[in-house]
Amino acid sequence: MKTPNSKMTGAEIFFESLKKEKVEYIFGYPGGAVLKLYEKLYDINYLKHILVRHEQGATHMAEGYAKATGKVGVVLVTSGPGATNTVTGIADAYMDSVPIVVFTGQVATHLIGNDAFQEADIVGITRPITKHNFLVRDVAELAMTIKKAFYIASTGRPGPVLVDLPKDVINAVSDFEYPEKIELRGYKPTFLGHQNQIKKAAEMLKKAKRPLLYVGGGVIMSNGERELRLFAKENNLPVTMTLQGLGAFPGNDSQSLGMLGMHGTYWANQAVNNCDVLFSLGARFDDRVTGKIDSFATKAYKIHVDIDPTCIDKNIIVDLPIVGDVKHVLAELAVEMDQTPDFSDWWKQINIWREECPLTYEKNDGKLRCEYIIEKISEKTKGEAVIISDVGQHQMWISQYYKFVNPRSHITSGGLGTMGFSLPASIGVSFGIKDRPIISISGDGGFQMNIQELITAVYYKLPIKFFIINNSFLGMVRQWQELFHAEKYSFTDLSESNPDFLKVGQAFGLKSFSTNSPNNVDEILDKALAYNDGPVLVEFKVVKEDMVFPIIPAGQTVNEIMTKRLDPKEMV
Amino acid sequence: MKHTISVLVENHYGAFNRVATMFSGKGFNIHSISIGETEIPEISRMTIVTEGEDKIIEQVVKQLNRLIDTIKVIDLTGQYRIERELALITVFYQKGTRIEITNISNIFRGNVVDINNKTITLEITGPPDKIDAVINVLEPYGIKEMARSGTVALKRGEQLKQDKKESVL
Ligand SMILES: Cc1ncc(C[n+]2csc(CCOP(=O)(O)OP(=O)(O)O)c2C)c(N)n1
Repeated sequence: MKTPNSKMTGAEIFFESLKKEKVEYIFGYPGGAVLKLYEKLYDINYLKHILVRHEQGATHMAEGYAKATGKVGVVLVTSGPGATNTVTGIADAYMDSVPIVVFTGQVATHLIGNDAFQEADIVGITRPITKHNFLVRDVAELAMTIKKAFYIASTGRPGPVLVDLPKDVINAVSDFEYPEKIELRGYKPTFLGHQNQIKKAAEMLKKAKRPLLYVGGGVIMSNGERELRLFAKENNLPVTMTLQGLGAFPGNDSQSLGMLGMHGTYWANQAVNNCDVLFSLGARFDDRVTGKIDSFATKAYKIHVDIDPTCIDKNIIVDLPIVGDVKHVLAELAVEMDQTPDFSDWWKQINIWREECPLTYEKNDGKLRCEYIIEKISEKTKGEAVIISDVGQHQMWISQYYKFVNPRSHITSGGLGTMGFSLPASIGVSFGIKDRPIISISGDGGFQMNIQELITAVYYKLPIKFFIINNSFLGMVRQWQELFHAEKYSFTDLSESNPDFLKVGQAFGLKSFSTNSPNNVDEILDKALAYNDGPVLVEFKVVKEDMVFPIIPAGQTVNEIMTKRLDPKEMV
Repeated sequence: MKHTISVLVENHYGAFNRVATMFSGKGFNIHSISIGETEIPEISRMTIVTEGEDKIIEQVVKQLNRLIDTIKVIDLTGQYRIERELALITVFYQKGTRIEITNISNIFRGNVVDINNKTITLEITGPPDKIDAVINVLEPYGIKEMARSGTVALKRGEQLKQDKKESVL
């Protein structure tokens, strides 16, 4: 046993520090610059190293783990190519505010800048896509830097932090003492919202006739779902959610309007357009949500709660900003509200919109469709599974048809829209979550982008359900080609070039199924959900040329909403 | 409109790059930027002159604040402040114009710092608009080359004292 002040190598300090941070898993891949760390790792039993097959996979696993558990995800890779392979995952984590810490090996400090073997300026490369990053130049600063990295990643608006570890620093020797607390004079996130602003928000809400809560991922990150539920319920408020906000409020509750924005529900978008108070909680007025800026919620007094001041007045100028942690602001706000207001006229109107243009799809032609599969999964898992979606049409159908009842259940790449996210992210999720089904759903395109990690899931016997929605197309791009690019289906048809997914699954050693009929869906889902000795792969061969509706074309308004494919006859 | 923003940053590896990266990544323009030590060795002061609508400047200030390495960000625009810039200007001269150029330098309280058989180099300090004025006057003689330091700025004394009490330093 080491006493706190005995001399240690950088490698020992590294793992002792991770222990202090209560790290359970490292997603990593070895290489020259980190050999010393892997040498030490060989004898360590207080945390588990998960060997990935590609460093991008490691970053998405760390993200999945972090998003599902709220803890910090940890990655360890070597210098040069190992480090550059993490870039997409880091950018993804930056866009979606995911707390991960990425440790990269680096060539020895005296070689930095010499184009040494496997040297890359990863600190320079990742500067614009990290919340912060560090190059550790002295082993005496290692413990403090690790402490700072975890602190910065997990507080305020969370985000990725990268720590670059030169080889000689890992080998060097120093005293070890892990700092209990840290102060960063340049970093003091505002936590409590301004009291007067909160009072004013309450007053505006009391006066409102047609209020709307617009809920983003910030509510989930602040663990504010209970406060949100109470607040919405007690005040009878309609709730619409962003892609990242799904699950913050139960999708099966009558007060949920579902998702808003480009592929959001008609009634949610109408409500945005017609509300008189728009109360945004931990959302960032992204262009996929707002459409045309000048026409967004023009009738509404806008209140915006966010922990990151840069989000406020960035895309949309609001009337009342509140900088603070959403959970706390909601709790304070609840105290200010008195009796339940009467919004019956507003609800009547919302329900008219609901009926005017419901979510529908063709059910009677005997063909298999993604929407049907998602509805079935939602039903069978009672909305309680963790769904990890990839990017594309299936992702939007999941957001429309899966009724999430819990937060941290919809894990998806929203900001960056990274295809290839779902498969590895679900692996990270399954290390963190043991008591709920874990379902990774990808398109046939995205599934192939990190397909190598299937073996990671098999090796660790993770009970993940890998569902492939195979429409033989890069579906979402095909949809845009049909709608906006003169039906030139340029390089989106994969029907001649997809692998046999059933055989792929079998080759990797997964229990594998494939079907193209709605009649088999029930049985296959039951089998897949019941199997927990390892991962399962199911290929759903769905119709090729379906489109996601409704869609508000980019930069337009709810008035331009398209709810179905134009009938060629109507087009003449 | 031009804004002069004063930023106190940690004086360590990469802090300057971080600020510069943020400006280019967000598409904010930099008119001039200068950086140097302050009275506290581990803190540097950057003076950034940038241009944009109010909404953009508000974002610039917020984004600067968001960086972990920035300790304090003050938009000095509209405040009592001292702004100075240094310019070195090398001008061609002919028979007869050398005296004219030296006179111009004197009027603007500049110094002649170098001279050879074709050119004369002046050192001018002052608020940026004074430098602009000097350049304007010298242009007809033919400017061979020029180096401007970019603006450095401080709030005026009185306010600085008040501020110090609640300052982070
Ligand atoms: C890494 C990456 N490359 C390209 C894209 C652009 N893109 C967005 S959706 C999409 C098609 C996805 O096709 P598929 O995975 O089959 O899913 P589907 O839309 O058919 O459900 C593409 C290529 C992207 N989002 N990410």
